[in-house]
Amino acid sequence: MLATLIRLLGDFDLAEDALAAAFAAALESWPDRGEPANPRAWLVSTGRHKALDLLRPRARLDASLRRLVERLDRVVEPREADEIEDDRLCLVFACCSPALAREVQVALTLREVCGLTTEEIARALLSSAPTIAQRIVRAKARLREERVTYQVPSRAELPARLEGVLSVIYLVFNEGYLASSGPELVRVDLSSEAIRLARLVVELCPEPEAEGLLALLLLHDARRAARTGPDGELVLIEDQDRSSWNRAQIVEGGQRVARAISSRRFGAYTLQAAIAAVHAEAPDEAATDWEEIVALYDLLLVAAPSPVVELNRAMAIAMRDRPERGLELVEGLLARGELGDYHLAHAARADLCRRLGRRDDARASYGRALELARQEPERRLLERRLRELGPGSEPRQPPAGLEAGLSANEMRVQRDGERRSGDGA
Amino acid sequence: MKYLCLAYGDQKKMEKLTKEQFAELVARCKTYDAELQATGQVVSTGSLEWDYVALRPNGGKPIVSDGPFVETKEKVGGVIVIEARDLNDAIRVASLHPAARMGEQLGWWIELRPYADACHQ
Repeated sequence: MLATLIRLLGDFDLAEDALAAAFAAALESWPDRGEPANPRAWLVSTGRHKALDLLRPRARLDASLRRLVERLDRVVEPREADEIEDDRLCLVFACCSPALAREVQVALTLREVCGLTTEEIARALLSSAPTIAQRIVRAKARLREERVTYQVPSRAELPARLEGVLSVIYLVFNEGYLASSGPELVRVDLSSEAIRLARLVVELCPEPEAEGLLALLLLHDARRAARTGPDGELVLIEDQDRSSWNRAQIVEGGQRVARAISSRRFGAYTLQAAIAAVHAEAPDEAATDWEEIVALYDLLLVAAPSPVVELNRAMAIAMRDRPERGLELVEGLLARGELGDYHLAHAARADLCRRLGRRDDARASYGRALELARQEPERRLLERRLRELGPGSEPRQPPAGLEAGLSANEMRVQRDGERRSGDGA
Repeated sequence: MKYLCLAYGDQKKMEKLTKEQFAELVARCKTYDAELQATGQVVSTGSLEWDYVALRPNGGKPIVSDGPFVETKEKVGGVIVIEARDLNDAIRVASLHPAARMGEQLGWWIELRPYADACHQ
C-alpha cells in the first residue's frame, strides 16, 4: 500500500502521512461500518483523499503543489494485482536511485522495501538510530529535489539501473555475512533480508543477472553454519564440515545458475555463482573441479576485470596445477602494486609459501597480512596460522605448524563485492 | 514504540510578543496541531510554564530552589508523546508540530527522543 501511495503521490513523506491518516480513519470507521470488501483498496483510496486534504491548504501557498493536487484528483483506482507488484518494483528502483550514495540506498531500501525499523537498521549496520534516521530523511528530500519518478526504468535504462539494485542487495548480504560475530546479540539478519530482496527482484524483474545474484547469495548462505567455529572464529571452505551445508539452498542455487547461464545474457554475479556452485557440489577440496573453476575465473576476468579476480584465479590455478604456478602469478600481481594493501593477497602468498615449505617467506607474508587485516575473525585466523608455523629462523618471530592453508575462499568473495560496490559508487 | 518531543522556545523573545501577535501565533499553531492530531499517533500533549523549581540531592536529602540556575535562552515549553513505528516515523509525525514548522524567530525547535514507559531501565 505504501509502495502504491508513494507511486501515486511521488513523495515518501506525503505517502506515509496519507497512509497513517488512512489507518487512523480505518480505526474509526471499520468497527462501526464493518471492514470494507477490499481493505487494501479502501486504504489506498482513503490515503489518496487524505493526501489531498493535507495538500489543499498547503497548495494555496505553493504553486507546485497545485499541479500535484490536480493530478491526484484525476487518478483512477483501484488497481490490479500485477500493478501492485509493479509498485513494489518502482519502490526498489527509487530506493536504489543513482541520485543517492550507496550507503544511503542501503538504508532506504532496508526501511522502505524490507520494512525494517530505523532502530533495527542502525543495529544491523552498527550505527546509531539518529544517524540512520537522518540519512533516510535526507534521502527522501533528495529524491524529491531530483524529482525522481516512480516507475520501472525503460528497457534501455534497465540493465544499468538493475545493476545498481543488485549492488545494493549484494552489499546488504555482505554486511550480514561479514558481521556474524558483531557485538550485538539481537541483530536483524541482513543476509536473509538480502535473499528476500533478491527473490522479490527476480520475481518482478526476471533478468539473468538478478537470478545469478540470487543464486550466489543462496550458495554462500548455504555454507553459513559451517563458516564459523564454536568460538566465532572463521572456518575456511577447505576445513568446513560439508555435511552441515544447506543442501536445499545449494540445489536451488545450482538450478538458478544453470538457468541464468543458459540465457547467454549473464554477467559477473552469475559467474561468481557458478564458481560457488562448483565448490558447493564438490564432496571435498581435493575433488573440487578446479579445471572448471579456472575456466569460470577466465570468463569473470573478461566480464569484470579486477586484480582481486586475478588473485582468485591464481589460487585456483595453484589448486589445478601446483602451488609454484599460483605463487608465480600471485607474486606477479603483488609486484604490480595494486594489491599491496590488500591483506588477502599477502595471506594468499603466505599460504602458497607454506605449502611449498618456505616457512620464513610464509611467516613474513602472514605478518604483513595481519598488519593489514581489520576483521576480528580474520585476524584470529591469521594469528593461528602464524602460531602454527612455529618459531622462525630469525629471533623473536611468532611460533609454528603446517596444515591447512589460508586460501581464504570465504573472504575473497566478499572482497570482490566491496570492490565492485566501490567501483560503482 | 513511544517517542517524546520536547518543544523548545526562547522565553525572552516570546514574552516580547504583543497580545495580537501572540493570538495570531496561537491561531496558526492550531492549524498545525489539527494536522498533528489527525495522524492518530499522538498519545498525549502538554504545555509548560517557564518558571520551575529544582530539587537536588544534598547529603542524601533534597534541597529545593527556584530556577533557573543556568541562564539558557531556550526552554522546553511543550511536551508531546507520540506512538510511532520507528524513529523516522516519529520524525515524520513530529515534523507536523508547530515548533518544527514555524517560530524560527522565537527560537523554536524540537528535541525528539525514544521514550520508555517504565522508569530506571
